[in-house]
Amino acid sequence: MRRNGLISLIFHTLFIIFIVAPLLAVVAVSFTGKGYLSLPTDGLSLRWFRTIWEYPGFIDAFWMSLYLGIAASTIAVAVAVPAAIAIGRYDFRGREGVMAVFLSPLMIPSVVLGVSFLRFFNQVGISGTFIGITLAHVIMVMPYAVRLVLASVTGMPRDAEQAAATLGASNWTVFRRITLPLILPGIAGGWLLAFITSFDEVTMSIFVASPETMTLPVRMYHHIAQTIDPLIAAISTLLMGATVLLLVLLDRLYGLDRVLVGKG
Amino acid sequence: MAEASRSNAPWLLSGPGLVLFAALLGTPLILTVILSFYQFDYSIGGIKPAFSFENYRDVLTDPYFHKIFGRTFGVSLIVTVFCVLIGAPEAYILNRMRNPWKSLFLLVVIGPLLISVIVRTLGWALLFGGQGGISTVLQWLGIVDEPVSLMFTMTGMTIALVHVLVPFMVLAVWASLQRLDPQVEDAALSLGASQATVLRRIVLPQIMPGILSGSLIVFSLTASAFATPSIIGGRRMKVVSTTAYDEYLSTLNWPLGAAIAIVLLIATAIIIMSYNRLIERRYARVFE
Repeated sequence: MRRNGLISLIFHTLFIIFIVAPLLAVVAVSFTGKGYLSLPTDGLSLRWFRTIWEYPGFIDAFWMSLYLGIAASTIAVAVAVPAAIAIGRYDFRGREGVMAVFLSPLMIPSVVLGVSFLRFFNQVGISGTFIGITLAHVIMVMPYAVRLVLASVTGMPRDAEQAAATLGASNWTVFRRITLPLILPGIAGGWLLAFITSFDEVTMSIFVASPETMTLPVRMYHHIAQTIDPLIAAISTLLMGATVLLLVLLDRLYGLDRVLVGKG
Repeated sequence: MAEASRSNAPWLLSGPGLVLFAALLGTPLILTVILSFYQFDYSIGGIKPAFSFENYRDVLTDPYFHKIFGRTFGVSLIVTVFCVLIGAPEAYILNRMRNPWKSLFLLVVIGPLLISVIVRTLGWALLFGGQGGISTVLQWLGIVDEPVSLMFTMTGMTIALVHVLVPFMVLAVWASLQRLDPQVEDAALSLGASQATVLRRIVLPQIMPGILSGSLIVFSLTASAFATPSIIGGRRMKVVSTTAYDEYLSTLNWPLGAAIAIVLLIATAIIIMSYNRLIERRYARVFE
């Protein structure tokens, strides 16, 4: 393997600064003790982190996003596992089409999904409900769940299954005792990626979220559209901290580059 | 893979998902297409279910909408070009690093994909303001004399979008670099090729599929981006997504909003499909 030259390293340094600078700006501002946007030049303060608790709107929105993410990614994975087995194991007419259907939400601009769900939920009378936004998120995160489960289904050796079947295990037992444990990393990785995608989603949710089902990113968007203050920076810093923890977890569980290739 | 099967097992297994998608994605899209042909009645402030092409005529002929669509796809193109120019070299450099630096910097570069777009955009809003970091640095360097703000400018919007989307480009190029055999590079070098020749003749052709698929992702995500253009661009720099949002939630003209969204969907689909065909024709063998 050849080494990088000086110019490469300078380029790399500038690139990393470009990537990290806005994130550091958020973290820095969140530790200010002043009442306005400024750098914490005279000592770090947790003032704005304490202030968050005085805004129940953000706290409620956090729980909302958490429940929503858990519900949507669990339903998505439950549907994705049999679908991925169908696509990965069987050679049937329309296989490509089925795959295209499950990946289609990636191709459709989020704003189109947003207006479509809004109209649909209005027509069927579940506009502004938790069920409505959950179903919308299930569709949104399904591609990630299907891709990651599918990757582990196609990568999995089949001999243990055949051995179990030969020894008289029923289909269900083979699935439960052999297949499921073997594809578990894919299921867990898919669930987590689906959860993160749901938790961060703004563009589609902004159309379907009512004041009662306002998710955290949507609430943050509305706040930033009005005013940018250290409070929103403090909330963002907490979110980033949580994301870094999840990232490490995801890396240990599945390998981050593999997961993120699924995201692209 | 795959046992060839005439049984209906695959349909039973994928059935629940397909039903879900037909009901919750197919139906809403059809309803939106129908809605886009309806009229908004300003006198009653409601939707008049009378079929007409009025909304599409507005979107396709009004210079106001031309400007917005032009800006959206213009920004998408610029952002894509910048992502190629900085993302592809960065992926190449990352790939030549040794561990633990390699894993560490890969995490730093692609990790932000998992951080909310809102948070990343907020960071740029903080840096772009008249009192923000960039203005301060530029003044300190003596490049400008007074505070400059990149908020609500095309430049600001482009920078923030490149930041949000460049990890996708690094990932795509990274993936194609994994298939590249480093010995080919060494062979070329030992046969007397210059570093520049190796890059141009050996590396570039092999990572081209990665660059092309990365461009596709970056372009389509920029064309439909909402939060970043809305926060950084504001009302001065409206794009298609923010315009559709305003029609829906401020003006309440849902049929027009629906028509804008459908035109965006079709325009993006046409661009993606023609680009895909171009790629497939040129890179039929290397592209999986």
